Amino acid sequence: MAADSVKNTVLSPVFKNNPIALQVLGICSALAVTNSMKVSLVMGLAVIAVTACSNLFVSLIRHHIPSSIRIIVQMTIIASLVIVVDQVLKAYAYEISKQLSVFVGLIITNCIVMGRAEAYAMQNGPAMSFLDGVGNGLGYAVILLIVGFVRELFGSGSVFGFTVLPTVQDGGWYVPNGLMLLPPSAFFVIGLFIWILRSVRSEQVEKAEYRIVANSKAKIKESV
Amino acid sequence: MFEHYLSLFVKAVFVENMALAFFLGMCTFLAVSKKISSAIGLGIAVVVVLTITVPVNNLILTYLLKEGALTWTGLEGAGNIDLSFLGLLSYIGVIAALVQILEMFLDKFVPALYNALGVYLPLITVNCAILGASLFMVERSYNFGESVVYGAGAGVGWALAITALAGIREKLKYSDVPASLQGLGITFITVGLMSLGFMSFSGIQL
Repeated sequence: MAADSVKNTVLSPVFKNNPIALQVLGICSALAVTNSMKVSLVMGLAVIAVTACSNLFVSLIRHHIPSSIRIIVQMTIIASLVIVVDQVLKAYAYEISKQLSVFVGLIITNCIVMGRAEAYAMQNGPAMSFLDGVGNGLGYAVILLIVGFVRELFGSGSVFGFTVLPTVQDGGWYVPNGLMLLPPSAFFVIGLFIWILRSVRSEQVEKAEYRIVANSKAKIKESV
Repeated sequence: MFEHYLSLFVKAVFVENMALAFFLGMCTFLAVSKKISSAIGLGIAVVVVLTITVPVNNLILTYLLKEGALTWTGLEGAGNIDLSFLGLLSYIGVIAALVQILEMFLDKFVPALYNALGVYLPLITVNCAILGASLFMVERSYNFGESVVYGAGAGVGWALAITALAGIREKLKYSDVPASLQGLGITFITVGLMSLGFMSFSGIQL
C-alpha cells in the first residue's frame, strides 16, 4: 500500500471530491446543527466515527453478504453504530446531545455513510475502507465547521463560545446578525461556499441546460 | 379536540416545514426537484409513507419499547424493561419494511400508482424526512391520534415544498446564472429564500 494512495484516500474527499459540495450527499442532517461551532464539531466527530467504523465493518464481512440483502445488512450495521454514538453522547456530553436532538439519529439516513459503504467498502479491504470513511467524514466535518464558523461569528459574535466581536448587548460595538442563527442562512452560506469553491476549481462547474446568447435574433421568418 | 388536531396539522405543514425549517430529506429534495411532474410523484409517495410509518412507530414505541411498555405481556418483571435504546434500529427497520410492503401492495392492486411512483418508493427509505418525523414524534411524545395528524401534515408540507421548488427550478433553467453558481449553488440560494418566506408563518396559532 503506497503512502501516496493512503494520503489520497484521506485527503481527496476533503477538498477535491467533497461529499457535500460536489456530490450533494448528506446535507439533510447537517444544516440544522451548524449555528454554533461546538455543536458542529461534535456532529462532525460523530459522523467521522460512524462512517469510518461502518466502512470497516462492512468491508470486513463484504465477502459474506449476499448481494440481494446487502442494503439491509449495511443499514443494520450503521443503525447499531449510531445507537452507540448516541448513547456515548448522552453519557458524556448530555447538554450537546440535547441540542443535537434528533439529528444524531438522522446520521443513519445520512447518504454519505450509506454511499461510502456501498461504493467503496464493498470493493476494498478493511484498512483502506476505514481510511476512506475517515476522509469522507472529514470532508463533511470541514464543511460543517466552516458553516458553523460563519454563522456563529456573524450570528453571535463568537467562535467556539469565545467572544471575538463584542456584541452591543455586552457593551461592545458589534450588532449581531440574527438571521445567521436562523435556518435560511445555512442555505445561503453553503450556496456561497459552493460558488467560491467552483470559481476556484472550474472543472466542477455544472453545464447550463440552456445558453443565453446576447442580443440573439429570433430565427422566425417573416410571414409573407 | 378537532381544533387541537387542526392546529397541529397547520403547524406541521407550514410553521415547522420538514424541508425548509429542519432541512430534512434534503438529498432527495435537491436531486428530484428538476421537474414538477416527478416532484409531485415523490411528494405523494412521501405523504403516503409518512402517514403510515409515524403512527406505526408510535404503536411500537408505546407497546414494545417504552419503559414499562411490556406490562401487557403479563410476564414477571416485564414492567421494568426499558428498551428505548433500540428505538433507532426498530424505527428504521419498520420504515424499510413498510416501504417494501407498500411497494408490493401497490404493484399488485394499484399498478397505475405503482408505475407513477416508480423508482421513488425505494428511495424513500433513506429519506431523512421519514425517520426525522418518527424521531420528532418520540421527542415530543405525541399520542396515537396526534401522530397520525403529524405524519400526514409533515408529508404534505414536504410535498408542498418540493413541488414549489421544482416550479421555480423549471423557470430558473432559462435564466442567466453565473457559471460557477450554476446548478447546485443557485438551488441552495433559492431554497434559502423559500425558507425565509416560510418563516413568515412562524407564530401562527389556531
